[in-house]
Amino acid sequence: MDFINNIFTNSYEWIVYWIHSLLAGLNLAKDFENALVAAIMVFLVIIVILLWMVLMVLILIWLERKNAARIQDRVGPNRVGPWGLLQPVADTLKMFIKEDIVPENADRFVHTIAPMIVMMPAVLMFAVIPWGKGMFPVDLNIGILWIVAVASIGTIGVFLGGYGSNNKYSLLGGMRAVAQMVSYEIPQVLTIVPIVLMVGSMSLVKINEAQSGWAGMQWFVFAIPVGPIAFVIYYLSALAEVGRTPFDLPEGESEIVAGYMTEYSGMKWALFYLAEYFNFFIVCTIAATLFLGGWNGPILPGYVWFIGKVYALVLLGMWIRMTWPRFRVDQLMNFAWKVLVPIALVNIVLAGLALPLLKYFGFSV
Amino acid sequence: MLDRYGIVALFAFMAVLFPAIPLVFSWVIRPKKPNKSKRSTYECGLEFEDFPEEAQHVWVQFRVQYFLYALIFVVFDVEVVYLYPWAVAYNTLGLFALVEMIIFLGILVLALAYAWRKGLLEWT
Repeated sequence: MDFINNIFTNSYEWIVYWIHSLLAGLNLAKDFENALVAAIMVFLVIIVILLWMVLMVLILIWLERKNAARIQDRVGPNRVGPWGLLQPVADTLKMFIKEDIVPENADRFVHTIAPMIVMMPAVLMFAVIPWGKGMFPVDLNIGILWIVAVASIGTIGVFLGGYGSNNKYSLLGGMRAVAQMVSYEIPQVLTIVPIVLMVGSMSLVKINEAQSGWAGMQWFVFAIPVGPIAFVIYYLSALAEVGRTPFDLPEGESEIVAGYMTEYSGMKWALFYLAEYFNFFIVCTIAATLFLGGWNGPILPGYVWFIGKVYALVLLGMWIRMTWPRFRVDQLMNFAWKVLVPIALVNIVLAGLALPLLKYFGFSV
Repeated sequence: MLDRYGIVALFAFMAVLFPAIPLVFSWVIRPKKPNKSKRSTYECGLEFEDFPEEAQHVWVQFRVQYFLYALIFVVFDVEVVYLYPWAVAYNTLGLFALVEMIIFLGILVLALAYAWRKGLLEWT
């Protein structure tokens, strides 16, 4: 059992040992060799995480289409591979060989750099996310602040995409996107404060460890009354932040023809699409870490629990997407500023007042 | 401490590289056959070139609502910067910190209520 629990951390150690033995013949200075091995390992970890994420996104796309089809009483993709499993692979290959059309009036540089800027925060946020016990690239002591700070870079990319296309629909979509992301960032950030308050640290690893009581079931979502409220607010505003369907006004295809993505095609469009799924997956991992206990859970290994929780949240998001119609702009803004922000503020005060009670039940370290 | 942020710097480097690789790769293998109508701006079935010169620019005026929301956003974002350190140190600060933060939040709630009352949060 220990072997399965530690399989990833152990293989990390084995690879470090192996690289050290490879470098032994070169007679490098001890400090230099250690630094070199550390740098190589960081690169390996990043590459593994990115490849893993690309695989996850392929599965997410398939899952989303299959789910949508089932909910709407259709069959969904079923021609490419068994149960249509290879459909996203075929789509990716198609994306690579599609011509890239840049409109004459577009600002070519801004148009090219926008999808890259949208993609960047998605990669940067993986620096601090723990996937299991001891499975994290780096344990920053400002982990959650880093995620919040980096996440807002994406807004700039979306607006640059809308602006650089020189198209009315794109610009409208870009402006809507900025207004929406900016509005929903506030409840999202405010609702994390009670969790930081309970743990007394912003490190995601510390937050995970604080939820390990009750045989791994002491998740912050059970910390009544603060936890459930914070979880619901976080999940809703995170869905809005990444622009999933009840909140997908920036790209409403029936009114502003896909918004900021109107003039994009080929690989640049695929990057926007990829970033959307990356972000969706990341907000689910963060919600799982903060509120659902991260890697904590009885019997099964930590990484299995973590992925299971993330996928439960992903499926919930897909269900919401298929069930709810799109909001109007005024409803969207009212929901953020008149419902979520006041509740989040009250929740912070509530957390401060209820801390002795939560401490009594072991929720605070 | 420093090597932690070294790892983050490597992440930043890969974050630039990761979207650049597929863009370059697809630039190598994709066809490049632009023509006039392909490269025209999308406009719901109309020919963009037939528009008068001034309508070919899309420099739409921003709604004033966007600015108002942005202003309130800045206020709350700065507030959050104060809230996080408070939350981290809360266990050691005790009752005084709670009272102080309730006053701080109270002032902000007043501001939000004022904006609400003045109709800044209405999307008209």
